[in-house]
Amino acid sequence: MESQALLVLLLFVLVLSIFLGFELINKVPSTLHTPLMSGANAISGITIVGALLASGAGEEVTTSILVGTFAVFFASINVVGGYLVTNRMLKMFKKK
Amino acid sequence: MIAFFQSSIFVNLAYIFASILFIFGLKMLSSPETAQRGNLVSASGMLIAILVTLAQNEIVAYEYLLVALIGGLLVGVAAASLVKMTSMPELVALFNGFGGIASLLVGVAEFINPSSSTLIQIIAISFTVLIGGITFSGSLVAFGKLSEIISGKPLILFGQRFVLSALLLIALLLALELIISTGLLNISSQTILFILIGVTLILGVLLTAPIGGADMPVVIALLNSYSGLAASSAGFVINNNVLIVAGALVGASGLILTNIMCKAMNRSLSNVLFGGFGAATSSSEGGGQIQGEVKPITAEDAYLILEAANSVLVVPGYGMAVSQAQHVVRELGELLEDNGCEVKYAIHPVAGRMPGHMNVLLAEANVSYDVLAEPDDVNPLMDTVDVCIVIGANDVVNPDARENEGSPIYGMPVIEVDRAKTVFILKRSMAAGFAGIDNPLFLKENSRMLFGDAKESISTLVSEFKT
Repeated sequence: MESQALLVLLLFVLVLSIFLGFELINKVPSTLHTPLMSGANAISGITIVGALLASGAGEEVTTSILVGTFAVFFASINVVGGYLVTNRMLKMFKKK
Repeated sequence: MIAFFQSSIFVNLAYIFASILFIFGLKMLSSPETAQRGNLVSASGMLIAILVTLAQNEIVAYEYLLVALIGGLLVGVAAASLVKMTSMPELVALFNGFGGIASLLVGVAEFINPSSSTLIQIIAISFTVLIGGITFSGSLVAFGKLSEIISGKPLILFGQRFVLSALLLIALLLALELIISTGLLNISSQTILFILIGVTLILGVLLTAPIGGADMPVVIALLNSYSGLAASSAGFVINNNVLIVAGALVGASGLILTNIMCKAMNRSLSNVLFGGFGAATSSSEGGGQIQGEVKPITAEDAYLILEAANSVLVVPGYGMAVSQAQHVVRELGELLEDNGCEVKYAIHPVAGRMPGHMNVLLAEANVSYDVLAEPDDVNPLMDTVDVCIVIGANDVVNPDARENEGSPIYGMPVIEVDRAKTVFILKRSMAAGFAGIDNPLFLKENSRMLFGDAKESISTLVSEFKT
């Protein structure tokens, strides 16, 4: 029963977030669509949280930890690279 | 004190705070003035989420984790600082793929973790692996096409749709077997998971391979959405709200961009994904069907017309990116302005290889963002424009979209450059555009072709102005 209540709660959060996302992104002007995309891409690197938990789960190296470590590697490229490149682009948008 | 920072209430509050920062960061992207700060706000949300996670007592070993983290950091910094602005679509595609594979690996790690998984988690793992796998291989194919490692042409296999549907069905059945484990297959659940991963990777390739270069904006937007959904789904695997919220925001963002791109081409998503646009008509490439007179113009004569013009509209396309002409374009724009001429830039949503591609290139060249306009803003005023300069754009200025009901792009919203008093078309040759469709614009009375590399042609115009 407990896990069902949790599932409902998580689904609730999911649905509301999707609607919030639609509202937020609709207001982004087309001139910023590339930085929006790379910025959003960096946010999707949030999966790094799951990766860190999997990678640091034990002293002994198990397959699960190894897989998690690779996940950390890829997710951190996604996060660091994504935010930096977005910043590089946004810095160029200037009004005279 | 340390106990407090590790308590689940603190950790969860920090995740909520990180989610709020993501939301504000995206909100601040709605204006170029606040966008850069918005990105920093979003990045601080990510930093908080990472630090709080690292402090959790579930994490007992740091060696591997830190090596991976620092390795990823170095690669990320190098890639982000070395990439050229014209190669941005490739890089975004690649990063996107990395996000997808990371989510997939999180799902796998949780699956093979000896601690028992609940039914909901296994459903979420199956979904994460499915979406993550498609995102990864699909993004790699998109990366290959955009960086021209593989051909940008649509690649249609025999029975494409049948194979796709069959593979999707197999993937769903494998996922179902993982969830309810009937034992019919008589192999371990881990093996089933690995077969599932293999199938999703093939699915990603087959979904992206048939899509041609000019349709890439749609594909990147869609893959962007998938990477968000994969992260969101991974949130269900580890029961974590911040993954669900952040992933859902990205998923929604990608879907909106996908929709905008499809509308800008007047095509449905399924037509983009399965249509193989341009594959059937590409045989007419080379201009065999174009009839009528093409009127070439020299840069010297073009200069005389521009010198007398009061308003000029620049319409850039992928050709500007290819020849890296954005800096000389800006220089020409400034010289025209000094000459008392009004200069604007009209950017079609699907110009280039990703949404907003042209805007980034012009911003790089220091063009003020308030002179960048959308088709809807410039079309009503087109009759008053003296000269339109079309730089390496083709299909987005094709008058057939308005005039020829038989044209494959009929109904697509275009920039109506043919209504301007004079149109200069900078083009390398008379070859048809990506879609392989004839463009009657080149034959119009008021059209002049300025053949040659866009950068060289514009440099010549610039030097004419300076002498």
